[in-house]
Amino acid sequence: MLMKPVRDYRIALIGNPNCGKTALFNALTGSQQKVANYPGVTVERKEGAFVSPAGVRTSVLDLPGTYSLRGRSPDEVVTRDAILGVLDTVDRPDLLVCVADATNLRLMLRLVLELKSVGIPMILTLNMSDIAAHRGIVIDSGGLASELGIPVVTSVAVGQNGTVALLEEIDRKAAVAASASASSWSEQDSGEIRKAHHLADSMVARFVTAPAVSKDLTNRIDRIVLHPVFGIVILLAVLFLIFQAVFTWAAVPMEMISAAFDALNTTVKSVLPDSMLSSLLTDGIITGVGGVLVFLPQIVILFFFIILLEDLGYMARAAFLMDRVVGGAGLHGRSFIPLLSSFACAIPGIMATRVIENRRQRLATIMVAPLMTCSARIPVYTLIIGAFVPRQSVAGIVNLQGLVMFSLYLAGIVSAFVVAFLFRRLVWKGKSEPFIMEMPSYKRPMLRSLAMGVLQRAYIFVRRAGTIILSMMILIWFLSTVPGAPEAATEPAINYSFAGMIGHALQPLLAPIGFNWQISVALIPGMAAREVAVGALATVYAIGGGTSGEAGLATAIAGQWSLATALSLLAWYVFAPQCASTLVVVRRETNSWQWPVLMFAYMLMLAYAASFIVFQTASYLGG
Amino acid sequence: MTYQSPQQTEPLQGSEEVRVLVRLGRGRPGLRGIVMSVGNSKLVAGEAGRDFDLELEKRLLEIGFVEGAHVEILHEGFIGKDPIAVRVDNMSVALGRREADAVVLASESPNPKLLPDRSR
Repeated sequence: MLMKPVRDYRIALIGNPNCGKTALFNALTGSQQKVANYPGVTVERKEGAFVSPAGVRTSVLDLPGTYSLRGRSPDEVVTRDAILGVLDTVDRPDLLVCVADATNLRLMLRLVLELKSVGIPMILTLNMSDIAAHRGIVIDSGGLASELGIPVVTSVAVGQNGTVALLEEIDRKAAVAASASASSWSEQDSGEIRKAHHLADSMVARFVTAPAVSKDLTNRIDRIVLHPVFGIVILLAVLFLIFQAVFTWAAVPMEMISAAFDALNTTVKSVLPDSMLSSLLTDGIITGVGGVLVFLPQIVILFFFIILLEDLGYMARAAFLMDRVVGGAGLHGRSFIPLLSSFACAIPGIMATRVIENRRQRLATIMVAPLMTCSARIPVYTLIIGAFVPRQSVAGIVNLQGLVMFSLYLAGIVSAFVVAFLFRRLVWKGKSEPFIMEMPSYKRPMLRSLAMGVLQRAYIFVRRAGTIILSMMILIWFLSTVPGAPEAATEPAINYSFAGMIGHALQPLLAPIGFNWQISVALIPGMAAREVAVGALATVYAIGGGTSGEAGLATAIAGQWSLATALSLLAWYVFAPQCASTLVVVRRETNSWQWPVLMFAYMLMLAYAASFIVFQTASYLGG
Repeated sequence: MTYQSPQQTEPLQGSEEVRVLVRLGRGRPGLRGIVMSVGNSKLVAGEAGRDFDLELEKRLLEIGFVEGAHVEILHEGFIGKDPIAVRVDNMSVALGRREADAVVLASESPNPKLLPDRSR
């Protein structure tokens, strides 16, 4: 007896960027999807599943958008390799669903012609057919189907019945279950690309009737959004809004998370006897992971805006406007967004560099992202500025404390540009990636896709906090706790630990930049996250934790540090690689230890040099 | 759509008006025309011809800059008037002027406004 195959029917969605593929993927799979990475590369692998109307369990792979199978970027290599079936981890699909933007068929038709040589059965779906119909575009899908030799259906990713025709066709294909044949694909030369283009053009001419191109809405919006003056004003306004949101909307949930972890800490401490286990749980795990998870609200808000702007189609416009600005440092217009994200936290910033196709430009962006002033630096800056910078105004209008804060942000931005420039000059010589980028039509974002995108990002961040970052926190806790203080200890326990020893050993090295042993010791647990250094300082100065402790700490350091030391520590925090999580994420994203090690080294050198100059100058001037 | 072979150095014949061949990278917003060649060519009169790598040519082709395509420059950046936003048939593409130099088009207007030639 013939057994029905027990495995799922496998389909893969392929299409140009901006063809609405991901929205269609969401419409097909609903919440039944998972995001992971392809092993060894940092390309997102989106997979989902659904049961078709005929009852066939179908798995769906959402392949990264591409214009061809040549594989210029890691994303496109994955798309090509998955289709050719050369990836160990991805089974070759049984059916390719080619997703075309019905309002812009040409480029996809050319890709379909190229895909015919890979030997997998195909369907072409004319997606966003509602928008095409609205614009008066009429497509003879029967004609296209007979010319291409594959079924052609229409689909709409929004609304109730938008995928009915597509699902029927998938069922029809699944019933036949024609197996894929061997691929005869080889990279097209420019002559072949031209030939396929002309064939695609002739099909468009025969089967698509579109009204004469009117000045559509996108064009009208672009006239303002890309305007040399208004465009910049709008961009700045958008950035300002994002900043406001990240720092004000996130404040309440951040306090709540922080309070929840504090409460958990207190509970654990009261339940467990004072022991190593209790210390590991509270000072190590809860404090450490809490210190990272507290950024979750900011990351959620940040990604909400990034995905919203991406879905709207504005991101490409921002990249257009900023290309020459960041291009001066050898970066790509698209580097702008990751750098912007890094103001909240370098981790989502580094994760967001995936949109940069060119490897060198992506690496350069990753390497400078931690120089942007992340929000974990704010508690440290606030503490020192509050203790040392008088609350007075300069020239009657500008608050001096605010001015110092602003210069610290500026120092981060300027150094990021300079370092990126040097990297592109010294490490990755050679030509920049050509700047060629489609500017998609503006679209109304779909709430569901938006919510799913934000949730997926949040999940990735939480998973990291729970795995790699957690183990890092335990290591740092271990260094700060073991060995314990002797019976007759007079100093805080951390002084007797490995961290204390390292801090004391480093102190002579740090003396030229004005750091006393207390600061040197606090820098070790401060590797967990920058703001942890504040708590560590409080511990070293034997002041109780909590918010009341911070006021006490400010008084203590104001009395004991010189202004030169305080300024030197500020300079240190602009540059120092004081964040183990960032280094771990860089390792993940670059798939090599080489880059985090280089990042650590260069940032440390910069920090030392900056602090040295600041401390020596300030001391000389009598600080 | 028929197009002339890229060997010719004379202005395009066969239409009523005399069309001028220009590099897209020198155009200003409002410049409209039909793509005559992409990549290496000795097409533009008075020019020695320029070398572009094959990768750039393929990428331009893939995003729609192919001989016969209708293009129009829509916008330009605020620093150095770079990059430019170009309508290619019915989609918008942003590209640097350096990249756009690899595209030669027959301008609709007989004397289009151009930026100075930076290749000299």
